[in-house]
Amino acid sequence: MNIKIKENAFEVRNLNLWYGKHKALEDITIDIVKNAITAIIGPSGCGKSTFLRCLNRMNDLIDGIRIEGKVYFEGKNIYDEGTDVVLLRKRVGMIFQQPNPFPMSIYDNVAFGPRLHGIRDRNRLDEIVKDSLEKASLWKEVKNKLNESALSLSGGQQQRLAIARVLAVEPEVILMDEPCSALDPASTQRIEDLMVELKANYTIVIVTHNMQQAARVSDFTAFLLAEENEPAKLIEYGETGQIFTNPKDIRTENYITGRFG
Amino acid sequence: MYELRKALNNIFLTLTWIASVSVILILLFIIAYITYKGAPVVNLKFITTWPQGYEAKGGIWPTIITTFYLTIFSAAIVTPIAVGGAIYLTEYSKPFSRFSRYVRFAADTLSSVPSIVYGIFGFAFFVIYLGFGWSMLSGSLTLALMILPLILRSTEEAILDVPYGYKEASYGLGATKWQTISRVVLRTAFPRILTGVILGMGRAFGETAAVMLTAGMALNIPISVFDGGRNMSSHLFLLATEGISLDAAFGTAFLLLVIILFFNVGAKRIARRVGK
Repeated sequence: MNIKIKENAFEVRNLNLWYGKHKALEDITIDIVKNAITAIIGPSGCGKSTFLRCLNRMNDLIDGIRIEGKVYFEGKNIYDEGTDVVLLRKRVGMIFQQPNPFPMSIYDNVAFGPRLHGIRDRNRLDEIVKDSLEKASLWKEVKNKLNESALSLSGGQQQRLAIARVLAVEPEVILMDEPCSALDPASTQRIEDLMVELKANYTIVIVTHNMQQAARVSDFTAFLLAEENEPAKLIEYGETGQIFTNPKDIRTENYITGRFG
Repeated sequence: MYELRKALNNIFLTLTWIASVSVILILLFIIAYITYKGAPVVNLKFITTWPQGYEAKGGIWPTIITTFYLTIFSAAIVTPIAVGGAIYLTEYSKPFSRFSRYVRFAADTLSSVPSIVYGIFGFAFFVIYLGFGWSMLSGSLTLALMILPLILRSTEEAILDVPYGYKEASYGLGATKWQTISRVVLRTAFPRILTGVILGMGRAFGETAAVMLTAGMALNIPISVFDGGRNMSSHLFLLATEGISLDAAFGTAFLLLVIILFFNVGAKRIARRVGK
């Protein structure tokens, strides 16, 4: 084992979240380790995605959401007044279940983010596009058709394009919300390989309902559970190996052994 | 029992079939009749020369220019307003807020107001009160008001149809609200917005009552926005009601039909291109 001090990308403290009057998340406290893959698992509807979206304030887009508690990103609470949400989302990118390529060319999809942030120089954009597509291991497949519509790509390619699109804005963290649930096994495999490659330079947080996936790719696993009529709580969090082989909480054990969910 | 049900079924099937066939037949009959009466009159001379003499021999050139002037000018006035309004309704105000519901209701009501009502309003307000006179400006402003609800609603629907995932992806990349609207939402909705604008232009193109009262009836090739003019359908109205020349009236009607057909086909094509 290599010995190094683990740094945290996020430190979430006593996070509570309400949709209107309905409380969805209760008292979540967790550290997300830098340059590692953290998987968030739990049954459907347990608030995994909601929690993930707290990390780049995507929940701001939804009316009627109220959040209490603190989420420190690189030491600063992102819910403090005066947080630049636009800058936060540049630093904390997000991949969704549906790849949702914009209806424009492959090139323009990847260049979209850099252009948002004011990069106009064509050579510079060319470089970023190539570099991002290479990192997302899509370059070889698309280098001769950069000007074709992104909608012409297959589902798996579209998801890698979505990853390239996020990488192009040079984030520090990539949040992935069930990125493979719409993909076939071969495409899933490629995305998983890619995640492991990317972790050297990025912190990755992935929400998945697929426990094998969590076990295969993640370094840390958090188990969220919303018991009947209760908001979701963090039941157990630890190194993935420990969670899957030696869970401390009986509910975790029941879930990972497939007794419910 | 079974026999009766079967018979009823067949009767209604036949009735609906007759209904749908009559729709097509009526439409074809109108087109065929106008083509039969009008097409022989239309030639290059008819399109490019002025009406001459009391029988309006010659062509309809100035009315064509006036018609296009009014159509393009009114679209240029109304499009930014309609698109801006639709953006506000869909992206800034809450879609189901009282305000947006009122605006929608107003737009739907306004779009079924008879055009002569727009005409008399335009006459009283633009022509007389603001002193624009019978002019392209008065006519285009009135037409703009008339097609505003149509374009507002079609733009609104086009924007609402942009998948939420596109917006999410855009915000997720650090886009501001305006960047998301201008670079993703409007861009995606653009072909459908354009379709709505073209259909609105089609209505402005064929409008009679609202134009006669606001742009006047003088045969003229308008240059300045304060020039008056007579559009094609007003010309057609005068030719027919005053018994001047039914031939020229049918010729004008045929040209109107053809051009409006182009508007509709153009709108459909754009819509289809998006569908892919």
